This record gives sequence, structure tokens and C-alpha cells, in this order.
Amino acid sequence: MNFLFAPGFFASSPVHVALVVGGMAALVSGVVGTFTVLRGQSYSGHALADLAVTGGSASFLASVNPLWGFAGTGVIAAGVMDMIGIRRPRGRDLATGIVRGAGLGLAALFLYWDTTNTSTTGATITILFGSMFTIGSNAVPLVAGFGVPALVIVAVLYRPLLLSSVSADVAAARGVRVRLTGLACLMAIALAVSLSAVTVGAILSTALLVGPAAIALRLTSSPGRATVAAAVIAVVMTWLGVVLAYDSFTWPPSHDGWPVSFFIVTLIFLGFAAAQLAGRGRRVKG
Amino acid sequence: MAVAMTHDGTGQPDETGGPVLAVDGVGVRLAGRQILDDVSFTVRPGEFVGLIGANGAGKTTLLRVILGLQAVTAGRVSICGRSTGRGLVGYVPQKIQLDPDMPVRARDLVGLGLDGNRLGIPFPSRQRRLRVDEMLAAVDATSFANQRVGSLSGGEQQRVMIAHALISQPRLLLLDEPLANLDISSAQEIISLLADITKRQQVSVLISAHEMNALLPVMDRVVYLAAGRAASGTTDEVIREDVLSGLYGHHVDVLHMHGRVLVVAHAGDRFEILAGDEAAAAPGHPDHSAAEALNGIEIQQ
Repeated sequence: MNFLFAPGFFASSPVHVALVVGGMAALVSGVVGTFTVLRGQSYSGHALADLAVTGGSASFLASVNPLWGFAGTGVIAAGVMDMIGIRRPRGRDLATGIVRGAGLGLAALFLYWDTTNTSTTGATITILFGSMFTIGSNAVPLVAGFGVPALVIVAVLYRPLLLSSVSADVAAARGVRVRLTGLACLMAIALAVSLSAVTVGAILSTALLVGPAAIALRLTSSPGRATVAAAVIAVVMTWLGVVLAYDSFTWPPSHDGWPVSFFIVTLIFLGFAAAQLAGRGRRVKG
Repeated sequence: MAVAMTHDGTGQPDETGGPVLAVDGVGVRLAGRQILDDVSFTVRPGEFVGLIGANGAGKTTLLRVILGLQAVTAGRVSICGRSTGRGLVGYVPQKIQLDPDMPVRARDLVGLGLDGNRLGIPFPSRQRRLRVDEMLAAVDATSFANQRVGSLSGGEQQRVMIAHALISQPRLLLLDEPLANLDISSAQEIISLLADITKRQQVSVLISAHEMNALLPVMDRVVYLAAGRAASGTTDEVIREDVLSGLYGHHVDVLHMHGRVLVVAHAGDRFEILAGDEAAAAPGHPDHSAAEALNGIEIQQ
């Protein structure tokens, strides 16, 4: 037991918060991520993650919980990207690229101010790479408040989202409001990315969004099962990451722990590689 | 999305035995271009109607008008006497947007044909499953029911989309160029499947195509679109030099060769195949002889 769970793991309150917040963020990211991948919106997800950096760094300057900044800019950016033509594939990439560039420019400014104001790099590290062990337990209701709407959007729009990702015209002919559905999905992506930005950091949040989904769709062909599998994979890998990060306090070089985000993202990468290899083996046999 | 009505409703009233589809004086103007101009025709219950015309003749626009996805600038469309065809029309688009590794199986797509517009997560029921299985069997798709749609061949995807469109038991089935990009034997399979299944399900079919020869044996009637205008009737009534010349606004020849029909225009010593058999017009194809029989002409698609 002590081999995996270092002494004090189950008694530590930062660990409890990390498990709860990390688990919720991972659950939302896994579910929303499946639809992000299905609808070919991974690039939008990346852009929303970059823009989360802008919001997160701004809220640090204003001494507000970064989650507000992450989610605020994400939701606004999702609306802007929808307005300037995210429905057409080429218009979509251009619109996304332009909004993303402007957002990262602001992020550079805010992070510079954050760093010079406090004379530390703490803000930058927290925003870019997450802060799982320093989240206060008062953040739990806030995380749930952002996570539940994202899950509700996917649950309510499950079938219209699937249908319009097969053919927008077929969906529209059946009375699906394709544009509204797409906008709602983008909002869910923005919320999922914000939650992951808190746990693994804004830069790495798309790894948690797209990674478990990418693994899941190599394991099953059913959209429902892929969604559940992605959520389970995301939660398990996040929790494993927390466990390993806690263990790493006894590790070299400095005995003050390795970042949680490193473990989670690495586990996702290894999982993806394994699923890819397994899939190839199956295809050769089949 | 209601179809705009600028006419005063001179179309067919809703009566038993009335047309499934009545297109009445429909005009569509997009960005200053007249895409459709005074298009009128009807499709009666159980009829198999071909919508024939070259690429750019307005076929897809007309289908989008019927689906309520494109507003008209003149005329009206009624489906079973109603101004909206929701719930009455099944639609098979020209292309679907699914990568091969996306987790949507053939059976999932057919199931979405039942309730894809509803909100909430579907509860799997035995009855739903049986209905999907039955529909998959009807289009001969049972063997790949659990494969991802994106990984299927073009002909297999068409069959799945036909099952998707038919499972809600529509009165009218619209297909946008289902035979394009299919090899000849897959195209033949799709045509005989459609002819067979529509007779059994009592559904009318409007199928667009830029080549008509494969459809000649099964079409009850044809709607021929050229330059946004339409002529409709039986193939003998429509595929004639006087009718088509009037439609195109210049003289065209209708040639019958090797059991096929070609519509050919000529200006000076230059010939152009306007409609007929794509294969016959493709250099290198064995049937190219049909076109080459025109002796030294230049063929332009």
C-alpha cells in the first residue's frame, strides 16, 4: 500500500481537494472532449485554452479566482468565434487563429505585469501549468458551478450534436437549430477548458480535453461508450497523477515534488501510445 | 423554417390522392444570380422521379428549397399540402462529414434517423433496437451494422444514409447525387435497392443526378433542369430535341446510342455533352466509343 500511496496521502486536505477538483474537471473534460473530437473542433479547443491564459492572468492581476478569468474569456471568445464565421471550416480556422493571436498578445502583457508586480514567477506557473495542491476547498462549489452546466449541455444536446456532426443539412432539415447547437457546444468546450486550466494549467488543458477522448475512440466504436470511456480515462489518469505527484515529494532532485500536470499529461500520452499500438495490432490481425 | 410564399396559393390543394410534393413557380435569386426561375412540377404518391441536370443547373438549390433550408424569392412548395415538410421528408445528402476513426457506427446513424432531433440522452430499448435492425436489413447493411460509418465505402455509406432517411417512414425521399463517385456496380445496387424499397414502403422518390442513363429503367418521370428552368413529364415527353432546346434556349440534339441517351449541343464544329452518361464522356472509358462515334468532336464536361 505504501508503495503507491505515500504516508499521509489520505489524511492530507490539499490532496482531498486535488482529488475532488481534479476529478470533476477530468470528468467534464472527458465528456465534452469526446464531442470536441467528434465535431472536429480540437483547434477551437486549443484556441480557447490559449485565451484562458489571458483571462487567468487578468484575474490574477485583479486578485480574483483565476477560474472566473478562465471561464469568462472562454465563453466570450466562444461567442466571438461563432459570430465571425466558425461554421464554415476555412472561416473557422481563420477566425480562431485571429482571436487566438490577439488573446495571447494580451496574455503576454498580463503575465509580465503579474510577474513584475509580485517579483515571482508563481502566477505564471499557476496559470500556465496549474495549481492542483494550492486550490482552496472553497473552490469546490465554483468548480461544480462551471462543470455542471457543461455536462448538462452535452446531455441535453447529445443527439442533435451527433446528427449535426454527421451532416449539418440533414440535422437542419430535421429541425435541429444547428447554429445554436454548435454555439452551445463551443460554450461547453470553453467551460471544460477552464476547469482543466485550474488543474493542469491553461497550456495543458487541451491535453485533458482531447487526450482521453482520442484514447476512448480507439477502444470503442459507439458514441455513448466512447463518452463514458473518455470520462473514466480522464478521471483515472488525473487521480493517478495526483498520487504520483504526492509520491514525488520524496523524489530527487530537490525533494519538493514534481508538478501534477506533468504526470497527468504524460499518463495521457502513454495511454494514447498504448491504444494506438493495440489498435494497430488488432488491424493487422483483422 | 417556413418557405416564403409570394404567390397566392394557386398550387394543388390538400386532397386525398393529391401530390406528395408540389413545386409551384419557384424562383431563387442568390447574390444577383437567378439560380431557379419559375420551376413547377409535382411528385405523386409512390412515384420515382429523376431530377436531371448538369452540375450548376440548380439541383441542390431546389432540393434545399424543398427541405426548407433555402428561402424562395418567388413561388411556393407544398409537401402533402403543407408548407413545411418536417417529418414527411427523408433526406440523403451528397456527402457526410465523418472521419474514419469517429465513433459513430452504421446502427447509431440509422437510430439518429428515428430521433436525432430530440433532446436528452436516448434510452436503449428493445423495440428501438429491433426497428434499427430491421431497417439495416432492408438496405442490406446488416453485415457492417457495427462498423464506423466513416470507414465504410461510398456505396455502403449511401445505404446507411438511405436507411437513416427511411426509418422515420417519410412520404418523400430526397437524394442529392447519390450515384456520384460510385462505381457502376455500386450505383446499380443503390438504384435497384431504392426502386425496390420505395415500392414496399410506399414512399415517393426525388433523386438528383447529372447522368440519367442508369436511372432510365426505374424513373416514372423526369424533371430536367437547365439554366435554372425546368421541364417535367415522362422521359419520352421531356428528353426530346424541341423540349430541351426550348429549355436551354438554343438547339440541342438528343442522341440515342448503344441504348443510351446523350444530350449534345454544338456550336460550329465544337460539340458538348450536356447530359447523359458520365462514363460515355470520360476519355479512356470503354464506352467512350459512344462519344467518339460523334467523329472527331471535342468533348467538354
